[in-house]
Amino acid sequence: MSGIRIENLNVWFGEHEARVDAVKAASLAVPKGGSFGLVGESGSGKSTILRALTGLVPTWNGRMEVLGQPLGKKRDRGFYRSVQMVFQDPYASLHPRHSVDQVLGETLSLHGFRDIDERISKLLDDVGLGDAFRFRYPHQLSGGQRQRVAVARALAPEPEILLLDEPTSALDVSVQAEILNLLSDLRKEHNLTYLMVSHNLAVVGHLCTDIAVMQLGEIVETLSVEKMRAQQTSHPYTRHLLASSLGAIKTSQPQE
Amino acid sequence: MTMIPQPRQGLRAWLLTDTPTSRTHARLSALYQSWLSFRGNQMAMFGLGILVFLVFVAAFAPLLAPHDPFTQNLLARLRPPGSAGYLLGSDSLGRDILSRLIYGSRITLYIVTLVAIVAPVVGLFVGTVAGYTGGWVDIVLMRITDIFLAFPRLVLALAFVAALGAGIENAVLAISLTAWPPYARIARAETLTMRNSDFIHAVRLQGAGPLRIIIRHIWPLCISSLVVRVTLDMAGIILAAAGLGFLGLGAQPPTPEWGAMISDGRRFILDHWWVATMPGLAIFTVSLAFNLLGDGLRDVLDPKEGSQ
Amino acid sequence: MSKAAERNLLEVENLWVKFPTRSGVFDAVRGISFSLGRERLGIVGESGSGKSMTGRAILRLIRPPGIVRADRIALAGENLMLLSERQMRSVRGQRISMIMQDPKFSLNPVMRVGEQISEAYRLHADTSRAAAKQKSLEMLEAVKIRDPERVYTLFPHEVSGGMGQRIMIAMMMIPDPKILIADEPTSALDVSVQMQVLEIMDKLVKDRGMGLIFISHDLNLVSAFCDRVLIMYAGRVVETCRADRLHEATHPYTRGLLNSLPRLDAPVERLEVLKRDPAWRNEDSISGQT
Repeated sequence: MSGIRIENLNVWFGEHEARVDAVKAASLAVPKGGSFGLVGESGSGKSTILRALTGLVPTWNGRMEVLGQPLGKKRDRGFYRSVQMVFQDPYASLHPRHSVDQVLGETLSLHGFRDIDERISKLLDDVGLGDAFRFRYPHQLSGGQRQRVAVARALAPEPEILLLDEPTSALDVSVQAEILNLLSDLRKEHNLTYLMVSHNLAVVGHLCTDIAVMQLGEIVETLSVEKMRAQQTSHPYTRHLLASSLGAIKTSQPQE
Repeated sequence: MTMIPQPRQGLRAWLLTDTPTSRTHARLSALYQSWLSFRGNQMAMFGLGILVFLVFVAAFAPLLAPHDPFTQNLLARLRPPGSAGYLLGSDSLGRDILSRLIYGSRITLYIVTLVAIVAPVVGLFVGTVAGYTGGWVDIVLMRITDIFLAFPRLVLALAFVAALGAGIENAVLAISLTAWPPYARIARAETLTMRNSDFIHAVRLQGAGPLRIIIRHIWPLCISSLVVRVTLDMAGIILAAAGLGFLGLGAQPPTPEWGAMISDGRRFILDHWWVATMPGLAIFTVSLAFNLLGDGLRDVLDPKEGSQ
Repeated sequence: MSKAAERNLLEVENLWVKFPTRSGVFDAVRGISFSLGRERLGIVGESGSGKSMTGRAILRLIRPPGIVRADRIALAGENLMLLSERQMRSVRGQRISMIMQDPKFSLNPVMRVGEQISEAYRLHADTSRAAAKQKSLEMLEAVKIRDPERVYTLFPHEVSGGMGQRIMIAMMMIPDPKILIADEPTSALDVSVQMQVLEIMDKLVKDRGMGLIFISHDLNLVSAFCDRVLIMYAGRVVETCRADRLHEATHPYTRGLLNSLPRLDAPVERLEVLKRDPAWRNEDSISGQT
């Protein structure tokens, strides 16, 4: 059964002369329980696909299916119970005046859970924070801890699909490792399906099994991570990205 | 400050903790930290001091006032300040100006409180709804705001009072009706910057509706800048109320409203300066206090500063 | 003056940056020493390690209430700590330049980029408008901008991130400074553009015999691009080594950072997580002087 299926998706911003086509005829499929990465540079349209999927961008056409259900223009609460998203910048994605308790409590009550207290404890435990963090405000948390709270919020409705929009690019490398480990643990525990967007091939390669490379709004190549590692790529842009990421930095040799 | 007893140290540490243990604890701790940074601003503390004093005077007016503010004594009219029994002098009907000022503080507080409740709430509601909804709702609401903004405040208030009839309640209503548009503008501008932020997107992805987002997520972030703006505007509101009183459209005689008192003193301003000056000084002091307080609050409440 | 001190463009001795807060003084940089020759010196560390503060402190750009203390910050033998704020202004830009992370915030949005470069030049060199323009166009060409005449008339919002950063480099290089401090100059750029910008910067720095302080969180980048590296942790230098030997670093913190990076060519099931030893905070700062 497919987790996410996207066919011929076009997304645009603005109308008439001001229209910008952010995504052009993109197609991809993520099996249930799979993990799929979208890579590309800024402006390549990779985050826009996630935003169209979640309904944050209403101007799209084509076909999008989640867990076998075709998506229309509106998303109901049932959709948000099965699909959740983690944003790039944990400094921007948490309300500055809401404590961790309020953030998780509100999410749980929106999804109609009753045993909120126990669930908050459980969620904090799941993301490795523990009850000590429950009543803190975002400014009392480090970047990594904030991202853990954001992950906990996304897990609250017990979704089957998690959309990850550059979840570690705003974090330090040591914290990035913690969050990546957390994400792979959670995927195993909860049997989650991941669709991840990143500009960092190594990060996508670590977490995902299949990769689509995007350039200027188009998916130029879809391949498995093994093929990527073996450098069996067909599109020149993929090779270019790969060369940049493998640390093949050709500057002049050290002086002396 | 040097001799802090032991238990207070414990309380202080409890309040300054970075690891609150309950909802109340977290809230108290946040409050205390704001209080600490507010306390660092001496001018703001000075302003707050004056306002606390004003509240105190208003609360205990009957005990503090040496005379009845309404009792006329034509034998003791227009006594200069410092005369026996009339610390700040007496007015043309021989009423003690100090006592009238003390009782007048109640009216000032009444006006200030009512306007401070009505105007920002209306402005906040209109501004956030317009900003968040966008489209034609935004256009309609903002054009209405523009119409209100196009009139000078006092002229519009005059028109309202003329239509509703003179009196203190109508003065408050008129001032509130003219005071909300700037708040709507501020609230809308703040909402526009927040509307596309990730934390709003995140809560939309939980299936939250627009009303919930506006009330629970946008309001808390707008309120701080509105509170600052309201305190800074308070001086203007007191002056507008005094202006209406001065023109005879606010509080009616013999109510000891400060603006009306100045109006009374106008006739004697050349020979008996204190009759108009004393209420003028009171208005000046309270307006200044609100301005100083507003400046201090801006430092504490500005969310951009507070987040760091 | 010793031989080494003569060769060095910059010497920093026992630099502290302090910020008084409500709960005591916070030390962002805690007594670090290093020197800079005609080389590319990398300073790496995580956020909060004090690496950016170090760059700013050299130019005395720490805003009050922050305080900069140092035994000596010597630029070609002259102690910057003893200069007045006025004298310091002639050091900034003219003798030491700085490039920040995001060109969007460093360029004036309402002024054409060409005029900004010309102005930077005319601030330091007393020349005519036309000569400054000529020089600016040459500089734009030097940072590999294909059509300098056209770019000269653009506004900052009309250029891409990579081009913006190249314009910044042109602007910072035009007064011919001796030292360039680059604070995460490529972090806001895409990977493919990063290389291009680095190459340009590298060439200019080398051709002019300048010293470069390259501040970054990216270990791979620093290792590939710099000659020597200081690794900072909690305001101190915990290790210093040749950049091409960074992967042989021995300090557990550096090792932890290196191992926590996911690698495309060496997949692992779980990434190693850095375990911070509280003792690292109290270790003495390693001297980065040569």
